[in-house]
Amino acid sequence: MPEPAASPTNRPVITPTRVVAGLCLLAPFVAMLWVSSYAKIEPTLIGIPFFYWYQMLWVLISTVLTMVAYKLVQREQRARKGGAAQ
Amino acid sequence: MTLATTATTATTPLAASSTQGVNGVALAVFVFFFLAVTVMGFLAARWRKAEESANLDEWGLGGRSFGTWVTWFLLGGDLYTAYTFVAVPAAIYAAGAAGFFAVPYTILVYPLIFTFLPRLWSVSHKHGYVTTSDFVRGRFGSKGLSLAVALTGILATMPYIALQLVGIQAVLDVMGIGGGENTNWFVKDLPLLIAFAVLAAYTYSSGLRAPALIAFVKDGLIYLVIAVAIIYIPIKLGGFDAIFDAAGKAFAQPGAVPGKPRGALTTGPNAQWAYATLALGSALALFMYPHSITATLSSRSRNVIRRNTTILPLYSLMLGLLALLGFMAIKAGTDIQGNPQLAIPQLFEDMFPSWFSGVAFAAIGIGALVPAAIMSIAAANLFTRNVYKDFLKQDATPEQEHKVAKLVSLLVKVGALVFVLTMDKTVAINFQLLGGIWILQTMPSLVGGLFTRWFHRWALLTGWAVGMLYGTLAAYGVASPTQAHFGGSSKEIPGIGEIGYIGLTAFVLNVVVTVVLTFALKAAKVPDGVDETSPADYTADAGDAGVTADLPPATAGAPTGH
Repeated sequence: MPEPAASPTNRPVITPTRVVAGLCLLAPFVAMLWVSSYAKIEPTLIGIPFFYWYQMLWVLISTVLTMVAYKLVQREQRARKGGAAQ
Repeated sequence: MTLATTATTATTPLAASSTQGVNGVALAVFVFFFLAVTVMGFLAARWRKAEESANLDEWGLGGRSFGTWVTWFLLGGDLYTAYTFVAVPAAIYAAGAAGFFAVPYTILVYPLIFTFLPRLWSVSHKHGYVTTSDFVRGRFGSKGLSLAVALTGILATMPYIALQLVGIQAVLDVMGIGGGENTNWFVKDLPLLIAFAVLAAYTYSSGLRAPALIAFVKDGLIYLVIAVAIIYIPIKLGGFDAIFDAAGKAFAQPGAVPGKPRGALTTGPNAQWAYATLALGSALALFMYPHSITATLSSRSRNVIRRNTTILPLYSLMLGLLALLGFMAIKAGTDIQGNPQLAIPQLFEDMFPSWFSGVAFAAIGIGALVPAAIMSIAAANLFTRNVYKDFLKQDATPEQEHKVAKLVSLLVKVGALVFVLTMDKTVAINFQLLGGIWILQTMPSLVGGLFTRWFHRWALLTGWAVGMLYGTLAAYGVASPTQAHFGGSSKEIPGIGEIGYIGLTAFVLNVVVTVVLTFALKAAKVPDGVDETSPADYTADAGDAGVTADLPPATAGAPTGH
């Protein structure tokens, strides 16, 4: 924040944008720690058991989710800075 | 990167003897790349050089000037080490699915970094903190707690550096220049000594800039080697169907534990808690390590860190593909001479033409030098700031800090070398396991401190001690077929009855003790330390008031910007 003294109190800490960003960051934890959901061989992909390709697929999914979270947080920050400048 | 399960898989005698003799072409290519990065390492001192370079910010954090791409290479070079490249496929080779936990673990690391580290970046930039201990001291006003965090960091980093040397040794062994059992010890260890001397010399002269520059070469080579390996080797072996078929049959054979198969293609119902807790616990531990913090703090702005978490998973994908090489080594019938760690280097040597084996070995070898350099710098930063300056010489000038840090980085590496040369390699792996458990115990102070000032400093210190003690004792009690103690990192979780990662159990215990004691100490009105930070410090970004792009040289402790 450029001027922390400007209006520090009237900004809510929890905003809808932040909740969505938080869910994006939380999703990989649910998916990866729920091991029984993917501990199986079938269906295989080009011969690779489900267990392996599914987890590697989540590398890509979590990347997309993190990007979404990044964009959301950045947009909100810009809006706040713009708001503080007015 | 911590690879906890390898303790059980790599406990076979590691004294590999070379039987094939020296591979001349591969060795020539390896030496060529090694010389090239050595020259780069020394020239790095001139890269983006600041006017005033004799201070810790410049040497130890590269002047805090790195942008997205350099930070990406630095963090990547840091977290995915040579040991990883050797140990992850080795764990897969030895036991199958259990070794794959490294993939969910590295998936979970990035949301954590995204959430926690920008706050640390901001507060560190505002107050000139170089290490996590600097922050803990500033936040809780407790030198004791800061010392505990610093010592844990140094202790956990040392065996990590030693393991990098173990990674280089595996490559040297396969190339046939590691020497056999009967070779004179000096001749046998000479290549390792040379590699080590080169590493020490350019870290000393160039600081963090050297590994940052070399990381470009390292990652270029590694991506190339993996892209080729993951396409070329399966074609040679008859496709993934044939590979997993052979692996399934191999894992069904009796293993080291009587009456149990060697491994499995997926995690069985009894192994799922262990898999999940290992992934989570390792992810939490990874960004507590001093070297990942060093790489993060060296970035130019808050956003560089977050943007990085969106591109770093590229490495995780690579790690997953690399892990599959472990199955290929089974199908190919790679001769590992009783040491699973040799599986991947040996697979490369068997499958690739000599010149490309040389490239692959260079990738692993250089992959060891980058993290070893960053780790020794991180450990040196910790010692200089939080032991030397806080306790030994409080009026140290920036020049003195700089000198001490350089010297300590050298000492840390010599220590790691002595460790590798004099002790059995399983000792290094055991200590690495303990290191992961230990470093996790600094999390309540660091992450807790980033979000709340509620915890009491003495409660945090006690929680840390309890976690350290439980973790060490529990790990001591784990036996494996080849070891009576420190045989692994998983044990029954008290009260739940499932097998889980000891580090995470110790961490939960640590948090419980911290919370209970905080209530007690607050009720007893025991004085809390002075907090020198303010809430706005945690969201400050480059360009904000009090946050200058170029920090005054290593002035932590002295209030800046207020």
